[in-house]
Amino acid sequence: MTTAPEPTPWSTADMARRAAREIPAGAIVNLGIGLPTQVGDYLPDGHAWLHSENGLLGIGPFPYEGDEDPNLINAGKQTITVVSGGATFDSASSFAMIRGGHVDLAILGAMQVSATGDLANWAVPGGKVMGIGGAMDLASGCRHVIAMMQHVTKNNEHKLVRACDYPLTAARVVSLVVTDLGVFEPTGEGFRVVELAPGVSRDYAQARTGAPLG
Amino acid sequence: MTRHLGNKVVASVAEALAPMRDGMTVLVGGFGLSGNAEALIRGMIERGVRDLTIVSNNAGNLGKGLALWLKAGIVRKVICSYIGTNEDLHTRMASGEIAVEITPQGTLAERMRAAGAGIPAFFTPTGAGTVVENGKEIREFDGRRYLMERALPGDVALVRAHTADRFGNLRFWRTARNFNPVMATAARLTIVECDHLVELGALDPDDVHLSGIHVHRIVHVPEHENAFEYRTVRKRP
Repeated sequence: MTTAPEPTPWSTADMARRAAREIPAGAIVNLGIGLPTQVGDYLPDGHAWLHSENGLLGIGPFPYEGDEDPNLINAGKQTITVVSGGATFDSASSFAMIRGGHVDLAILGAMQVSATGDLANWAVPGGKVMGIGGAMDLASGCRHVIAMMQHVTKNNEHKLVRACDYPLTAARVVSLVVTDLGVFEPTGEGFRVVELAPGVSRDYAQARTGAPLG
Repeated sequence: MTRHLGNKVVASVAEALAPMRDGMTVLVGGFGLSGNAEALIRGMIERGVRDLTIVSNNAGNLGKGLALWLKAGIVRKVICSYIGTNEDLHTRMASGEIAVEITPQGTLAERMRAAGAGIPAFFTPTGAGTVVENGKEIREFDGRRYLMERALPGDVALVRAHTADRFGNLRFWRTARNFNPVMATAARLTIVECDHLVELGALDPDDVHLSGIHVHRIVHVPEHENAFEYRTVRKRP
């Protein structure tokens, strides 16, 4: 008699490492604030060009202690460096890159993703309004959008859903979702399972998903 | 031969801010606390104008930058993209003291670019299918949904530059550039606070980030706080 293996959901580091594998060599990528920023830690040196909507293409690693410059920051207002070949520009140019479809991929944090690829990531109903920032521009302007989030809320509510009930950031934009339980692709009716974290069964994931897994 | 420069360089922050009036719409450059015209922002409190509408990506943070205006009670309305941890704005928005219009960041930048370029309105897909659509004209082009956004001009822009020459040709430093150049184009009166002031010819024409055509007053402020919001570093190997 065999017992089913214990599900061992991915850590945030595992999620970042997995999302990094979705970035093609030479791609222009915008990594959202928070968890998506960590994806940069798992990219081979020189693999992709990281775009920061406040006006930089070519984000490098965090600076060495003593080298930090308060006027060289990413969109999360963290001090950063520029890789060689990087360039700075103003906000209007930066968003023209995003809105003009010149950024290949955005990896964004999410609160809910629907089966049709709708993204909700800027406001919780009834919660404090934090603002929109660049989220709507990135979600509707970048050529591909990958969402990253925990599979369910702290109260075990579904976040992969048939239709978002949180305020939308953009409609029909998400092509892939990376969660602690695996990788899922919105299909319109539900989500196709691309990959599951170790020990996570399809039934385990389905019980935690608000739309059919295909 | 000398060129007529229009006497743009002024001797003090107070002189730079002399044209300010109650009720003006002020475009203030900066992304968070980066690239802020710190002396002009501080000087506005002493200038004593009120009922201002401010257009800024964040309207200050950590009690600094434009948070000084919020605390001084001289702001009627804020147009911004992100509030985040700016508690000075959260509390005044909740109490109703300040009206807040939140707009997507790219739309904010483009509305000012349009204002500076003589474009009264434009269509963008950003915000389609979201609350940002509310009250706006919707059009479909080639099967995609777009909403109309209006240009956002200012009475005054407060701009921080790294280097200005005496005509107002500007260069910016790293990501301190952000909204500064586009705001300079969108206001009737653009006031620049520069770290370095140089003579004509010191900037190579190919290295100018923003033409002095958009600049009306220049004040030289050599010292700045340049506050950090999140100082993230790694250990030296």
